[in-house]
Amino acid sequence: MRRFFDLASSMDNIISLGVGEPDFITPWAVREACISSLERGYTSYTANAGMLELRVEIAKYMKKQFQLSYDPKSEIIVTVGASEALDIALRAIVDPGDEVIVVEPTFVSYAPLVTLAGGKPVSVGTTVETNFRLMPEQLEKAITPKTKAIMLSFPNNPTGSTMTEDELRGIAKIVEEHDLLVLSDEIYAEMTYDHTHASIANLSGMRERTILISGFSKAFAMTGWRLGFVTAPSDITSAMLKIHQYTMMCASTMAQHAAIEALQSGMEDVKKMVQSYKQRRNYFVKSFDEIGLPCHVPGGAFYAFPSIKNTGLTSEQFAEQLLLSERVAVVPGHVFGSGGEGHIRCSYATSLDNLKEAVTRIERFMKSLK
Amino acid sequence: MDGKELEILQLIEENARISDETLAKMVDLTIEETRDIIKELEDQKVILGYSAVIDWTKINETETVTAMIDVKVTPKRGVGFDDVAERIYRFPEVRALYLMSGAYDLSVVIEGKTMQEVARFVSEKLSTLDSVLSTTTHFQLKKYKHDGVVFSDGEEDHRIVITP
Repeated sequence: MRRFFDLASSMDNIISLGVGEPDFITPWAVREACISSLERGYTSYTANAGMLELRVEIAKYMKKQFQLSYDPKSEIIVTVGASEALDIALRAIVDPGDEVIVVEPTFVSYAPLVTLAGGKPVSVGTTVETNFRLMPEQLEKAITPKTKAIMLSFPNNPTGSTMTEDELRGIAKIVEEHDLLVLSDEIYAEMTYDHTHASIANLSGMRERTILISGFSKAFAMTGWRLGFVTAPSDITSAMLKIHQYTMMCASTMAQHAAIEALQSGMEDVKKMVQSYKQRRNYFVKSFDEIGLPCHVPGGAFYAFPSIKNTGLTSEQFAEQLLLSERVAVVPGHVFGSGGEGHIRCSYATSLDNLKEAVTRIERFMKSLK
Repeated sequence: MDGKELEILQLIEENARISDETLAKMVDLTIEETRDIIKELEDQKVILGYSAVIDWTKINETETVTAMIDVKVTPKRGVGFDDVAERIYRFPEVRALYLMSGAYDLSVVIEGKTMQEVARFVSEKLSTLDSVLSTTTHFQLKKYKHDGVVFSDGEEDHRIVITP
């Protein structure tokens, strides 16, 4: 990824489909709340777990959007991005030698974070044949006596795949049987297009063993603010809080004020952005199919993950040649782990004009391969 | 009205030049279905026209003067404000006309080539109408936002080329 990133960054006038963040700018009311926070002089630390006012808003949001109840005083921590939440969750639950199942293709940092926490990542690859969903029998096969937890991420980066409540139920059953914990990264939960988001924490017996990770980056277009949160039973959050308080102390105060505004008034903006992503997804995926890059329909997030297998190139070769010849940046699928090879990740979090131009260029590139 | 119709309306309100093909893909319909919906919305006069938002100040020779005029009128028995409104909106200089609540009755948006032209319209045509009691003219000095479109170069995309 780094080599490819350096190459892409060194070139001019490229159309980037390689960006894993919204192309919208944080809604104005949210930016305004941050400015106001500074004007009123809120420049000191907050409680380690985050401002209680924000945690109360997060609890209300989780209840309203996902029917999940968490106690703002003991079961919610505001973190420096979902990334920090993932890190402290793993460090809180993993003992040296513990195995953590990572369902791939997935976000690039999961396996390294398990290793950093002293654990051993165990990769389970999913494929396009199952729409990149995890099958219960795959999970069952990967479990050993050392397995401590499983990391899930739906909607998924990079595949955009989602899982319904029924499909998650099969996973939950095995998790419960083997007394595992689940790290459920639901940062893209708002970006589901065809059915409402299902959280594994909602299934019977799962709330007590699920660490749910989310944040403001994707839904509210607040990536640079570095603000995430985690909800879990209090025995887990108290262990996580110990790590958080010694490493981060607390998330930035003005960002927390902005987040309160986001939760109180930003849902209309979220709806508009999600509508726009859905329309672009429809456009993009249909166009990929037309130009000979078969693409499963991603139910969430803002990524298309078309197959490039029929070109005979590896995902890295495809991405590099496309960048050099047509100046379109995509991310080779193999960087997302097992099951990712043979695909490229194309983000549609960019303007329709850019998407159209990208499709034209990729089509030209495809013809040049014949 | 179903969701697809609303989606189409929102998309063409944002960009009336979007092609039928692109529109169809975005709302997940065939081109024929999309065209049928648009045709029907046009027939029903839901879609009244297609226009562009243009920053005329960037085209020197076509600069215009816009004024918003607050008009107090005497409504007429039976037709209320509609009669006088119709007499006003028929003037080609009138770009928009709204019935308002509050300190005055009608808000008239006038566009002319020069300030004199607007002044002449107000004094000779608008003020002389029987029902018009008074007018207050406000000239527009600068357009910052119009029809939801911001009249500046907008915010740049600051994202780096590849992020996870």
